[in-house]
Amino acid sequence: MTDFDLAVVGGGPAGMAAALKAHEEGIEKIVILERAETLGGILEQCIHTGFGLHYFGEELSGPEYAGRFIKLLADTDIVVKTDTMVLDIASDNTVTAVNKTDGLLKISAKAVVLAMGCRERPRGALSIAGTRNSGIMTAGTAQKYVNIYGYMPGHEVVILGSGDIGLIMARRMTLEGAKVKMVCELMPYSGGLTRNIVQCLNDFDIPLKLSTTVVATHGKDRLEGVTIAKVDGNLQPIEGTEEYVPCDTLMLSVGLIPENELSKNAGLELDRITNGPKVDEYRETEQKGVFACGNVLQVHDLVDYVTEESQIAGLGAAKFIKGEKISGACVTTSGTNGVRYIVPQRINCETDADVKLYFRVGAVYTNASIVVESNGKIILSKKKKKLCPGEMEYVLLKKDVIAGLPKDSVITVRVEA
Amino acid sequence: MFGRKKGEIMTYDVAIVGAGVVGGLIARELSRFNISVALLEKCNDMAMGTTKANSAIVHGGYDAQPGTLKAKLNVEGTALMPKVCEKLSVPFKNNGSLVVAFSESEMEHVKVLYDRGIKNGVPGLSVIDRDELRRIEPNISESAVGALLCESAGIVCPYELTIAAVENAVVNGVEFIRNCRVQSIEQNGDYTLKTTAGDIKAKFIINAAGNYSDKLASMVGDDSIDLVPRKGEYYLLDKSVGGLAVHTIFQCPNEMGKGILVTPTVDGNLLIGPTAKNIDDKGDTTTTSEGLREIVEKALKSVPTVSPRNAITSFAGVRAHPVCDDFIIGWCEKSEHFLNVAGIESPGLSASPAIALYVREILSEKLNLTEKEHYSDVRKAPVRFRHMNDVERAELIKKNPAYGRIVCRCETVTEGEIIDAIRAPAGARDVDGVKRRTRAGMGRCQGGFCGSKVVEILSRELAVPMNEVTKFGGESKIIYERTK
Amino acid sequence: MEKRELVCVACPLGCGITVTLGDNGEVLDVTGNTCKRGDAYARSECTAPTRSLTTTVRVEGGKDYVVPVKSAAPIPKNAMFDCMKVINETSVKAPVKIGDIIIKDILGTGVDIIATNNAE
Repeated sequence: MTDFDLAVVGGGPAGMAAALKAHEEGIEKIVILERAETLGGILEQCIHTGFGLHYFGEELSGPEYAGRFIKLLADTDIVVKTDTMVLDIASDNTVTAVNKTDGLLKISAKAVVLAMGCRERPRGALSIAGTRNSGIMTAGTAQKYVNIYGYMPGHEVVILGSGDIGLIMARRMTLEGAKVKMVCELMPYSGGLTRNIVQCLNDFDIPLKLSTTVVATHGKDRLEGVTIAKVDGNLQPIEGTEEYVPCDTLMLSVGLIPENELSKNAGLELDRITNGPKVDEYRETEQKGVFACGNVLQVHDLVDYVTEESQIAGLGAAKFIKGEKISGACVTTSGTNGVRYIVPQRINCETDADVKLYFRVGAVYTNASIVVESNGKIILSKKKKKLCPGEMEYVLLKKDVIAGLPKDSVITVRVEA
Repeated sequence: MFGRKKGEIMTYDVAIVGAGVVGGLIARELSRFNISVALLEKCNDMAMGTTKANSAIVHGGYDAQPGTLKAKLNVEGTALMPKVCEKLSVPFKNNGSLVVAFSESEMEHVKVLYDRGIKNGVPGLSVIDRDELRRIEPNISESAVGALLCESAGIVCPYELTIAAVENAVVNGVEFIRNCRVQSIEQNGDYTLKTTAGDIKAKFIINAAGNYSDKLASMVGDDSIDLVPRKGEYYLLDKSVGGLAVHTIFQCPNEMGKGILVTPTVDGNLLIGPTAKNIDDKGDTTTTSEGLREIVEKALKSVPTVSPRNAITSFAGVRAHPVCDDFIIGWCEKSEHFLNVAGIESPGLSASPAIALYVREILSEKLNLTEKEHYSDVRKAPVRFRHMNDVERAELIKKNPAYGRIVCRCETVTEGEIIDAIRAPAGARDVDGVKRRTRAGMGRCQGGFCGSKVVEILSRELAVPMNEVTKFGGESKIIYERTK
Repeated sequence: MEKRELVCVACPLGCGITVTLGDNGEVLDVTGNTCKRGDAYARSECTAPTRSLTTTVRVEGGKDYVVPVKSAAPIPKNAMFDCMKVINETSVKAPVKIGDIIIKDILGTGVDIIATNNAE
């Protein structure tokens, strides 16, 4: 058994930021456990730029953004164990992990930060008819083959899902000489940033087909084509709109799922919408001393926000280790009328800092208001020119406003069109 | 072996055509004797046909009509199965099965099945009422009125059984030849099989070619085998809902088969299906939107809480339904040393250990079978990191650090286990082969994380570039040329 | 006179902008934008559109096969594929350090191609 003050599970942007923040707050014995061979997480394969505009005020590529934190870590005595997989987090915060050199590791930690990130939704969940041939992969897998291994995952590509990873891969494959035939999107709007639609699709005349899905895959060994179809208001394929598109590759960019197997095994309750643990304003889960941040908590659009959130978790963990973290009566938060969820799910009434409530909306709104209410009283109202499901939003609650709320009351956030 | 040279002529005492569960277990049984045996497989791995995609059930044996080969071999096979699985280190679970009735008239049918089962000699049969049913199967539909309980039924993983059987056979001297599709057969005293892996000579041929056994028989002039390819589609659901069924839950059978079942798998997932549709193309393993919809609709009748939202994958298999409605096992009338083992539809998996013994018996009529001096019917258990405790894990990694590297996090599969699977006798040659042997990529992310790592390990172990690694042989390439 | 429809990418609002161009391609009018940044974006997009280029370069003699690179500043949009050609014909000896200049002044654009990760 090795003793640490803080064990951080995951060495991507979330884990690194949380560890660095805790270190800055004077926590001495910190270990980061990362399953890949390098730190940086998914950023290592995200070689496009667009990272860091908020946090560093400049436009960086994924590896550059990660590189800044890796460099900061190198100058500390934070222990980094790569190629190390965490197998279990016990109720006493003992972390069990394995790697080739240490074998089976038992780490006793005062606090644990969960920063495992998320994974891509696979094909199975979609029930696309057809054979199980090769050539069907998630956009992230394709990205790894191109950017890390240096191999072409396909020549004629159809992409299902217009999330940012799908859009980025459309451009990436085109630049490497592949023909990207189209991007199909089930919803009537794209889940990706406008900038990516313009610069990844429009620049290369790649059609974006909205309200369209892939209903079948064809081919014996390698994929030979897909059948696409328009969908109706209930997202069901419309008969008679089928169209055959020859292609050797189908890339899926159909959503991200927080990687919470460890959290579930540790008995943490997950939010039904975010699929992440329920947390307080310092991102402490319902298990004492266990914090969560980054995409394991909620899927973010921008890594800059992951960093910000993870610093909050790192600060919270530091406070916890030092015995300074407030943990008492709470108010809970709830999204209604167009607001799908709120993070954090609860706030300590006597919290020592202002709290940002993060949320996503369920549809596209223009010129709408975000209304925050408690006990029938409007606490805050904020006008927004545009709200869309693809962009995470937040409202800021002052700590004295929170202090004035009755214990165990509910703060609701809603959209007023 | 792998990479056989074209034109090389070998003469075997017996060539078994088809490395499904039937061919695999026959090969294992024959490996006990002083004869040379080749097991020919048209695909890049064993268990690639009907064996790969079926319900994975060890049936009690109450379905088949008394007096049929199906009835006899099912009951015998099911009795043999636990021991065979133990020897081959293959998980088998005796979870029992239920045929659920939703009306009084169906209850009558349940009683018919009970009587038939008793005639067939099925142990552990009883007819249970609504209350007992609900007690032993808590998630069963409210509308179920009773059931036939068969305590002797169980579940097994058909491809693991086949892989283990072939491994065991190979260790005992059987030659496993992949990518070996028989194109024609010449008879000049011995048989010469013209295959995609070159000519192969054999004194006896055992036809275990599954859906293609009719075609193979016709190569020696036997057109008597009449098969109808029948497709079945399935959903595999996540382990988080694996507990929705305790027993294998059938509905009352109809003329197309045993209907849609809901069953746990030996690995803890939930399997629902199959549909039953006669098709023209034997190779058609496509799933269809209608089929997938039908599975869910019918499965809901048994267990109202199943949901396709928990699906991690869907697949389809094709079984060879014999028009004569019974297994076709025996000497071919047109060719003296050609033994047909055809039309092995359900309960073929259950019967397979008994089929192997039965075929050995028939073969011994014409071929002298003397037991080898050195033979082992035990296959060493593969390392299963996920089933170990901390002490065992620590010990294992100390011995070989490759077990300290988790490649597939959903199923907790280590690099060491993947290397073992590739280096095993008749080991994995492609990504799906690794998946079937280790479960890497079988979990909820379906290889999203580990897929490229498995390709990397295969490339290293087989000493081929990454872009020559396939998903399941043939043209199923995963990646193409270098980007630069 | 020519009218061009653009979607502004300056912020997530994604305003639809109409740009009126003169016979020599000069911008006569910009409408539909809701801020100054939109105006600037529309003007540059119609007169001299530029893009950041990110891709990989072959690494020789190392463990890594490729290293990611980017254009140190945006390059003319219509030069992207020509730049890709040059980059694809280039290789670099391991080790590579983040920030290393891989190609100086690519195709006379005045922009360097630099490594965005380390490679061994």
